[in-house]
Amino acid sequence: MTKIKTIADLVKLRDELQSKQALADSADNAESIIQIKIGMGTSGIASGAKDVMDFLIEALEKRNIEAIVSQTGDMGYSYAEPTISVKKPGKSPIIFGYVNVQKADEIIEKYIKRDELVEGVIPVNYHTIDN
Amino acid sequence: MTKYKQIRIVLNNCGVIDPENIEESIARDSYMALGKCITEMTPQDVIKEIKESGLRGRGGGGFPTGLKWEIASKNHADQKYVVCNADEGDPGAFMDRSVLEGDPHAVLEAMAICGYAIGATKGLIYIRAEYPMAIKRLKIAIDQALEYGLLGNNIFGSKFDFNIELRYGAGAFVCGEETSLIHSMEGLRGEPTIKPPFPAEKGYLGKPTNVNNVETFACVPIIIRKGASWFNKIGTEKSKGTKVFALAGKVNNVGLIEVPMGTTLREVIFEIGGGIQNGKKFKAVQTGGPSGGCLTEKHLDTPIDFDNLIAAGSMMGSGGMIVMDEDNCMVSVAKFYLDFTVEESCGKCSPCRIGNKRLYELLERITKGQGVMDDLQRLRNMSNVIKDTSLCGLGQTSPNPVLSTLDNFYDEYVAHIKDHKCPAGQCKDLMKYFIIAENCVGCTACARVCPVGAITGEKKEPHFINSEICIKCGACMERCKFDAIIIK
Amino acid sequence: MEKVKLSIDNKLVEVEKGTTIYKAAKQLGIDIPVLCYMNLEGLGIENKPGGCRICVVEVEGRRNLAPSCSTDCTEGMVVHTHTMRVINARRTVMEFILSDHPKDCLTCAKSGNCELQDMAVKLGIREIPGQEYAAMSTYKMDFSPSIIRDLDKCIMCRRCEMMCNEFQTVGALSAFNRGFQSAVGPAFEMDIEDSTCTYCGQCVAVCPTGALTEKDHTRDVINALSDPTKTVIVQTAPAVRAALGEEFGLKPGTLVTGKMVTALRRLGFNYVFDTDFAADLTIMEEGTELLGRLTKFLGGDKEVKLPILTSCCPAWVNFFEHNFPEMKDIPSTARSPQQMFGAIAKTYFADKIKVKREDLVVVSIMPCLAKKYEAQRDEFKVDGNPDVDFSLSTRELAHLIKQANLDLKTLPDEDFDKPLGESTGAAVIFGVTGGVIEAATRTAYELHTGKKLAKVEFEQLRGMEFIRKATIDFNGTPINIGIAHGLGNARKLLDEIKAGKSEFHAIEIMACPGGCIGGGGQPLHHSDSSILKARTKAIYAEDEGKVLRKSHENPYIIKLYEEFLGKPMSEKAHHLLHTHYFDKSGKIEIS
Repeated sequence: MTKIKTIADLVKLRDELQSKQALADSADNAESIIQIKIGMGTSGIASGAKDVMDFLIEALEKRNIEAIVSQTGDMGYSYAEPTISVKKPGKSPIIFGYVNVQKADEIIEKYIKRDELVEGVIPVNYHTIDN
Repeated sequence: MTKYKQIRIVLNNCGVIDPENIEESIARDSYMALGKCITEMTPQDVIKEIKESGLRGRGGGGFPTGLKWEIASKNHADQKYVVCNADEGDPGAFMDRSVLEGDPHAVLEAMAICGYAIGATKGLIYIRAEYPMAIKRLKIAIDQALEYGLLGNNIFGSKFDFNIELRYGAGAFVCGEETSLIHSMEGLRGEPTIKPPFPAEKGYLGKPTNVNNVETFACVPIIIRKGASWFNKIGTEKSKGTKVFALAGKVNNVGLIEVPMGTTLREVIFEIGGGIQNGKKFKAVQTGGPSGGCLTEKHLDTPIDFDNLIAAGSMMGSGGMIVMDEDNCMVSVAKFYLDFTVEESCGKCSPCRIGNKRLYELLERITKGQGVMDDLQRLRNMSNVIKDTSLCGLGQTSPNPVLSTLDNFYDEYVAHIKDHKCPAGQCKDLMKYFIIAENCVGCTACARVCPVGAITGEKKEPHFINSEICIKCGACMERCKFDAIIIK
Repeated sequence: MEKVKLSIDNKLVEVEKGTTIYKAAKQLGIDIPVLCYMNLEGLGIENKPGGCRICVVEVEGRRNLAPSCSTDCTEGMVVHTHTMRVINARRTVMEFILSDHPKDCLTCAKSGNCELQDMAVKLGIREIPGQEYAAMSTYKMDFSPSIIRDLDKCIMCRRCEMMCNEFQTVGALSAFNRGFQSAVGPAFEMDIEDSTCTYCGQCVAVCPTGALTEKDHTRDVINALSDPTKTVIVQTAPAVRAALGEEFGLKPGTLVTGKMVTALRRLGFNYVFDTDFAADLTIMEEGTELLGRLTKFLGGDKEVKLPILTSCCPAWVNFFEHNFPEMKDIPSTARSPQQMFGAIAKTYFADKIKVKREDLVVVSIMPCLAKKYEAQRDEFKVDGNPDVDFSLSTRELAHLIKQANLDLKTLPDEDFDKPLGESTGAAVIFGVTGGVIEAATRTAYELHTGKKLAKVEFEQLRGMEFIRKATIDFNGTPINIGIAHGLGNARKLLDEIKAGKSEFHAIEIMACPGGCIGGGGQPLHHSDSSILKARTKAIYAEDEGKVLRKSHENPYIIKLYEEFLGKPMSEKAHHLLHTHYFDKSGKIEIS
């Protein structure tokens, strides 16, 4: 990694990263991919998020579903931990709560494979800095 | 557009980015604010911007952040320090932990901005050792920021250097108080000293030091990026921006929330929190942790901000918010918090060291039904004196749970003392198990399960519980199939 | 200096900026009660943790009450020291403190001399509400040869900690535990005997309660005195005579030498002797050692150890054994006067009066608690029998005198017994900082130069400054002398020596502020530093009143050498009057 030496360097890097992300997000792109994030704050981990993450990585590979599984921080829904966010190309991310291994299996089989909704979706209930 | 009750400013990246990958942060504008400060703004400009934003310290005190920075900037020294107070200690509070675990770069970036503004080149994060995940992610974040040149020497090609190190706390609550925190970092006993001198004058190793809390820092980059005027449009007249709360207790949706200052308690508890669990009745909400107080029904429509909560007899604190229902005994709640303060008092000043213990003992007597009415006057007097004479914020606020429950739930205290009853049915010593003769069929199941032989009675005749012997374990009640056993 | 004006209890006062409310009030004659606060004015020893909260006052416009001991005055401040709010708070806080303090005042060592007791009286505390169900914080008792710690009585004033850490830099005491269970003691709650404690007793000297007291030997002494088979003799240290009177209501600085001798005689001691005799002997030995090293040094011997350090202060000896063991060959090997006296008493004198060693009991009266420890050191015993059997503090002697129904004030003056009761003015000034080195200088000068001193007072060696330096002209040879009192100050000089930067030929070190007159066994000064100054004056007055003022002129010392020891540093002198030191740096084990 070359060091960022000027603000222009930072802007350039940010823009590159953003367009890469946009590419991955868009519906009609060969590089688009399913992105799954697991809420791995302390509360999430305490409720079993790590097992869910391990299961997802293994199950998706076994079932030949190409996806990026990564960790993220606390999503805020302590009452519904573990929580995961699933983003399919071209769609808004959906947050599922109460996700144990069975539930994760159901999410793969129903939502990811067949676009069927499963129970435990947590609706967005906040504004971000941009809206 | 839907109007939500929450705005995520501090939590902007939490639960969105991978905190162990700096590029995900950069893609969401991390370090742009630092770049802007260093390349486009003077330190004075930065302080002015923070002052105009109206940001106040989120650790509990609500001191204007910009003013704090300004004072530190004006004290000249060969070395100054920026300290991030990550010694979150209120029972049930985990806002700072979540921010550090979910978006560590926001805090690092803000500390560097603060360093630029006050003329410090060293940053220290005082974090409790009980937060291993936050520590791990902070370490990764610091390494990555150094690797990308976003911390270290000559940041953005300027002459500004900034390095950050971690310091671990052993989990003493009092080390959240800034002078104690500094002593702890210096390897001394974690106990407060009298201010002045303030840390801005004589802090870590005797050098000017600016201490801010995690959440306060996390607001800074966005203020710089979006401007003070964007930030100060959010909130109330004297409290700007948002506040993160750890909503806990008897609400349906416990968790981390972020609301604009001025949101009412009702909105938080009944809309965001989804109301009280199991359809029970709301009784009180405790804010401000062990330093705060219990607010009731009549405060539900109070807009939450620093000054309103103090006026109502509680305080903002760092953001713990515990909701209670009709099953919570308010004397026990006060006792719970006192128990915490007694444990966490450093022992330096006598009112906090001994007075809180005496408050606790009196509350304990009341919950055991041994109190007398004069005790209530004594509770109030001791509480007022402890508040009035303690050395640091811990003792100055520790009687708040007692005073606010005395104010708002006086009848409940009286019930414990005069009627020897706990209206919420929580105080074990005041409970008595009875057998309703009409319902009892004399099956002897209860007598057989009683571990202390407190239940007597002939077969097929109503049984009787000797309350002198009964240890209130509840085994009989669980066993009885005829609802013949009740608690009174 | 910038001034600020303020009002206290409706009286206007102007003070220098940086003055505390407590001090400003004092100027107006308003005596705000303080408990944890302690200030030895003029010495720069101040304790103001702001912990007890007894001294709180109301400041208009301030949310809570202000601790007056540690709150600075500001311009226009309006202070009230006795409003209902203040009085209620002060009494309630006092009730808190007393609720966690044992009520065994009748049998407490500090009874009648206790600052907590006085405060309870001042604040009119008559009962402690809820005492019947108030838990008390309890700790193990800690006994050592010098100091007894009863932490149940600790009120966390932190004075002892300040003395031990900041003034003495010994670091044996610090706060441990949290909250209700917190108290002050050695790390890991180890016993004081296992710590780096030097037994200087400065913690005892400042403790406002009975938490820190001396180990009491008065019973042992009464037993010995009433045992017909024992011959009991006593020696009294120089600083005792300048302070003992305070225990009997006499003005600080009143010399009671003659009355003390009478009292001791009436107590039943067979012989009343003077440690001052042994101080003269110390000068002979230490002075000879100094001259020996100096002569070698001036003769070009680079191996010789300089500066020579005095060795009569036992706390100081403990200090370097713990902290500077690598330098243990620098101090003089001369034993302290207490031990020289014991060794001579149990040999020379015992032979003279034909009493067997085991039937002779030597009691010392010392201003010091470290002397108790010193007396029981193994190297000062012969077949288990110590040279000095019991070392009493000045305070304990006062108790003994009171128990014997003697009113010191009205007693006639009597003289010490001979031969071990004769002394010179040089010995008397051992009791103050700078005194030992001045006494040594008087003798060394005359022995080295062969000339008589025109003026025996060396004013340049006197004073209360913690570190002092002087150069004395020894007939063309300039001798650099250093003086330190307080172990923290001694540490500075030792660090210089360690770094090879010391300019001195000889250094006198005393552990206590002011020297022995400020010792841990003296009547309590209760933070009044004028008492220490008055005692110092008294000591110099006693010196001036003496006919003989140089140790080598003491006829009984001359006789002792003639009859028994031969000459200074002789083999016999070595055996009886000199000692060796130990490395105690690695002694601390944490189990």
